[in-house]
Amino acid sequence: MTEFFHMGGYAAFVWPSFGITAAIMIAIVIDSWRGFVRERDTLDKLQSQRTKRKPS
Amino acid sequence: MTRKRRRLYLVLFGMALLGVATALMLNAFSDNLVFFHSPTDVAAKSFEQDRRFRLGGLVEEDSVIKADDGIGTSFRITDNDNAIKVVFNGSLPDLFREGQGVVAEGKLDANGVFQASEVLAKHDENYMPPEVADALKKSGNWKGE
Amino acid sequence: MVSLHKFANPARFVRMSSALLPWMVGMSAVLITVGLYLGLFVAPPDYQQGESMRIIFVHVPSAWMSMFIYSGMAIASATGLIWKHPVADLLAKASAPVGAGFTFATLASGSLWGQPMWGTWWVWDARLTSYLILFFLYIGYMALWEAFDDPQRAGKAAAILALVGAVNVPIIKFSVDWWNTLHQPASVMKMDGPAIDSSMLVPLLIMALGFTAFYGAVVIVRTQREIMARKVRTLRMAQVQA
Repeated sequence: MTEFFHMGGYAAFVWPSFGITAAIMIAIVIDSWRGFVRERDTLDKLQSQRTKRKPS
Repeated sequence: MTRKRRRLYLVLFGMALLGVATALMLNAFSDNLVFFHSPTDVAAKSFEQDRRFRLGGLVEEDSVIKADDGIGTSFRITDNDNAIKVVFNGSLPDLFREGQGVVAEGKLDANGVFQASEVLAKHDENYMPPEVADALKKSGNWKGE
Repeated sequence: MVSLHKFANPARFVRMSSALLPWMVGMSAVLITVGLYLGLFVAPPDYQQGESMRIIFVHVPSAWMSMFIYSGMAIASATGLIWKHPVADLLAKASAPVGAGFTFATLASGSLWGQPMWGTWWVWDARLTSYLILFFLYIGYMALWEAFDDPQRAGKAAAILALVGAVNVPIIKFSVDWWNTLHQPASVMKMDGPAIDSSMLVPLLIMALGFTAFYGAVVIVRTQREIMARKVRTLRMAQVQA
């Protein structure tokens, strides 16, 4: 197992490559989902305001 | 429909113009876009001394000599037509090997020896496991150097 | 009534893409897991590069994605400019940060491969320089969207930049053939078949498919967000007018 993590002496290059790529992809997922939820909540609020105002 | 048509032609025309302009520009700059010169280039263009440039080619087989101090290395860069002797004092990249691509940066001295200040290894497009490489070499199907 | 007609098309996009989303999420999770397993545990080390070759399993798929996403953005931008398709601009806008992320991953992982193998983190050869320009194009595209208050004008300006920048895509692809570069020529997408052993090619392709599905999933969520943002904008403007 240590041999696996050692990567034939290239651990300092292999793992950061995988790490940076993974970090970027995870960040994209989080940003996408947060933006989606924020926009959906704003839209819901605005639409409920409209339906409330209409009967009056 | 006609307005859409017009916009379509406008975009197509713009892209074509841009493509031609880029092609012309790249063609004009093509000498500056060259990352390295081959030994044949150097022989043909007669590079003056003290002009820094990059020399690229293959490390000639059986040409690598380690200096006694353990730091210096000398080898020959060849493109199979011409070869130039290179002297380098520094650590070589992991892919540096005889028969492999290499790019050295430096200048020619009075004796026509290339004094390199940096040596970079160039990788080829082949990827294979060690066993496959051995098998290819044994069967005589080896296409590399 | 005019706004209702405008939303008809985006509504269909939302419906169809929502049905597609779980498939994309599932596919990307499965393919990336399998690709990582094959790439890290099963694939052999390279005869020259040793274990450092494994970097290509993230470097090459990221590179393909950043080129693929940019090409898609250029096509979407042309569609938006010519046919005024209401979702095209938003699809391109939603793609840009994802493409920029993959471009950065490509540059970073390539640098981490170059240091031990070439002997340098970075060189200004035609391939690396044109790739850096791709990164700047993504940043410029995103900046243009922010630079205008009117989304219509912002979208138009950004679309033109995306189209102008599209000339860089073939330059990146063929830079290694047209000029002497330090970067190696293409191994997979070349005329006479891949110059890469199948034990390494298979994990590479699986990773690339996984990344594509990942992009698909993320861009669906991001485009739907942009569609909602535009609805919010129209509702707010209606409120102000009322």
